[in-house]
Amino acid sequence: MDFKLSEDDLMLQETAADLAAKRIKPNAEKWDEEGGLPQEMINELAELGYFGMLLPEEFGGLALTTVSYNCAMEELAKACAGLMVMLSVHNSLCCEVIYCFASDELKQKYLPDMAAGKIIGAYCLTEPNAGTDIAGIKTSAVKKADKYILNGTKTFVTNGGLASVFIVFAATRPEGGREGLSCFAVPKDTPGISVGAKEKKMGLKASDTREVSFTDVEVPADHMIGNEGDGFKTAVIILNNGRIGIAFQSIGIAQAALEEAISYSKERHQFGQPIANFQAIQFKLAQMATKIDAGRLLALRAASMKDAGENVAQESSMAKLFCAQISNYVVNEALQIHGGYGYMKEYPVERYFRDARACEIYEGTSEAQMMVISRQLLKD
Amino acid sequence: MLLKKEHQEFRERIRAFVEKVIAPGAAKIDVEQRFPTEYLKPMADEGLMGMVVPEEYGGSQVDTISYSIAVEELSRVCGSTGITIAAHNSLGCFPIYKFGTDEQRKKYLPRGTSGGELLAFGLTEPEAGSDAGATKTTAVKKDDHWLLNGTKCFITSASHAYASVNTARTSDAPGVHGISSFIMEKDWEGYEVGKKENKMGLRGSDTAFLHFTDVKVPLENQLGNEGEGFKQFMITLDGGRISIGAMALGLAQGAYECALKYAGATKGTNGKPVGTTQGIQFKLADMATEIEAARHLVYGASEMKDAGVKFSQQSAMAKLYASEVGHRACYEAIQILGEVGLLTGSHPAERMLRDVKLCEIGEGTSEVQRIVIAREVLKPYMAK
Repeated sequence: MDFKLSEDDLMLQETAADLAAKRIKPNAEKWDEEGGLPQEMINELAELGYFGMLLPEEFGGLALTTVSYNCAMEELAKACAGLMVMLSVHNSLCCEVIYCFASDELKQKYLPDMAAGKIIGAYCLTEPNAGTDIAGIKTSAVKKADKYILNGTKTFVTNGGLASVFIVFAATRPEGGREGLSCFAVPKDTPGISVGAKEKKMGLKASDTREVSFTDVEVPADHMIGNEGDGFKTAVIILNNGRIGIAFQSIGIAQAALEEAISYSKERHQFGQPIANFQAIQFKLAQMATKIDAGRLLALRAASMKDAGENVAQESSMAKLFCAQISNYVVNEALQIHGGYGYMKEYPVERYFRDARACEIYEGTSEAQMMVISRQLLKD
Repeated sequence: MLLKKEHQEFRERIRAFVEKVIAPGAAKIDVEQRFPTEYLKPMADEGLMGMVVPEEYGGSQVDTISYSIAVEELSRVCGSTGITIAAHNSLGCFPIYKFGTDEQRKKYLPRGTSGGELLAFGLTEPEAGSDAGATKTTAVKKDDHWLLNGTKCFITSASHAYASVNTARTSDAPGVHGISSFIMEKDWEGYEVGKKENKMGLRGSDTAFLHFTDVKVPLENQLGNEGEGFKQFMITLDGGRISIGAMALGLAQGAYECALKYAGATKGTNGKPVGTTQGIQFKLADMATEIEAARHLVYGASEMKDAGVKFSQQSAMAKLYASEVGHRACYEAIQILGEVGLLTGSHPAERMLRDVKLCEIGEGTSEVQRIVIAREVLKPYMAK
């Protein structure tokens, strides 16, 4: 067993870390306060290839392995988790669903522009009454000649205001449960789409989250991704990518918090010495670092199994569950080590604390992960 | 827990007031980061601003359980108002009443206890947080006054309080023995309020630095004897910690009720309310149990304070436990709500998690509480 990252992984990690240090971290507080990313940052990421990280070269992508991709994403999450999730949804959900399941025509139509960052994707799965319960999706897609007519509302759509293509899960067979769901690529300029105001959230404020509603939206039948009725299966397979991504996001936020806590504890003097001299602080740091390491290894295992083509349903859920939990543990301890300063927006741990909270909720709550894991454990 | 009838009635009265006056604007003052001065007069009229002071100084003194109930009920809907009231009573009014002369009490208390104005407490400094004895602010005696210089940070109600009690070093006596405290008025020359802090939570409360530059403090504004400042604030914080425990308890209760409503009303994957699943039920059971245990600790410490026995350990335990319970309750409430729980202004749990985090920090971090508790419990066993 070899716990070393490859040369490629390390190079990508370093490149991303460099970009994060120079361009992202210095602005993250501002983007959090303003609640969004400037177009120039998005353009810069596009030029560097960050919108086509997983796609093969034939579509203009970087063709990264899951491990390499996530090594880079962890670095971005460390600097700004909101920016990272924008890329994560685009790359690992939207580009991947088209690449893995769409027709050659759709791939040609979308992937080159998506890889170049000219088209950003948004993944429209969750509904007001269908969160953990994907099978409860009410958005309908009714076939009419060579089109489907979509009606319904999607909530908490990441990239809602940035996207030019919406990946929409809708019921082609009403009351059909999981087997009645299908997936569509819906161009944003299709009449009948209405994008709501940006949601005010606890954290990840640099990401753009909105409600998107569809009223008699006509989608050409050839914009269906995969076969009719395959939507649930598609969503679940793609969500494995997303879960690995959120595991690395959790680790990135936690790592950033740990590093801030270490440097603060060495600088901050109380009782005539650096607070790092106190065992209460030392043991906190030890726990934080140990949990981060354990989480990173779980996440790397899921990523490398995925690269090996194995089924990662259970491993990606375990990684996401554990990493999200320990991330919240770590950010809390980091804030605690900062004392009153940690509660103020001048110090980044305040933002890490708010950003980490979503990790246990989106792309499947911790409870949803435990449902997946226990189902696997109990199935035989 | 079973409360005396008088405490039950007190809670009902405060809850009715809070639901009418405080609850409607709680989400809004958080989003707008606005201090609600319009609450002050009604709160004074309700007796919420003089809870630790007798009537002769304009107060509306109640026993400490009642005071805890009041802070709990305010915080159940609005943490910002909870901390404003907790700090005003426990840190603003209390030291003046406890350590002040009759003249000082008469001069400074009534405006705060019944006049709808606020009092503040300046202890923490940029370099003196957990190590409050390391205060750098100095007070130098000149003929008929003291000259104060220094900086206080994270002071609750700093920009609205008409006066504050501040600690300063009055001699070079080593450690904590050279600290004294002074009542200072906001309008005095050299007394400046820094910019409003941009905080994670409690955004409807007023937190700022205080900067003192050659502030002339009349000799009669010294509080208690010279060199007693450290002892005074330790006593003040013993009481203050009960109120922060009560605040965390109220936030926990508010978030718990938010989760209960959601769990009963929202359908989950089985087509029934999410409250029918064990994953959610067990969370709610833990929240209920921990909140009840925290309530016992907070009210227990309150009772000890009123009984006149030493209660440093119990108030530290109440604050430590209630604030950690509060954090868990708000955290789990968001978890039960799922993604909608993360939206600001949608359900109170999101605001309450940001608010309650302060309870593990203010008036002594959880680590400081553990230091206090450990010191007390080990005392009889420690080899000399």
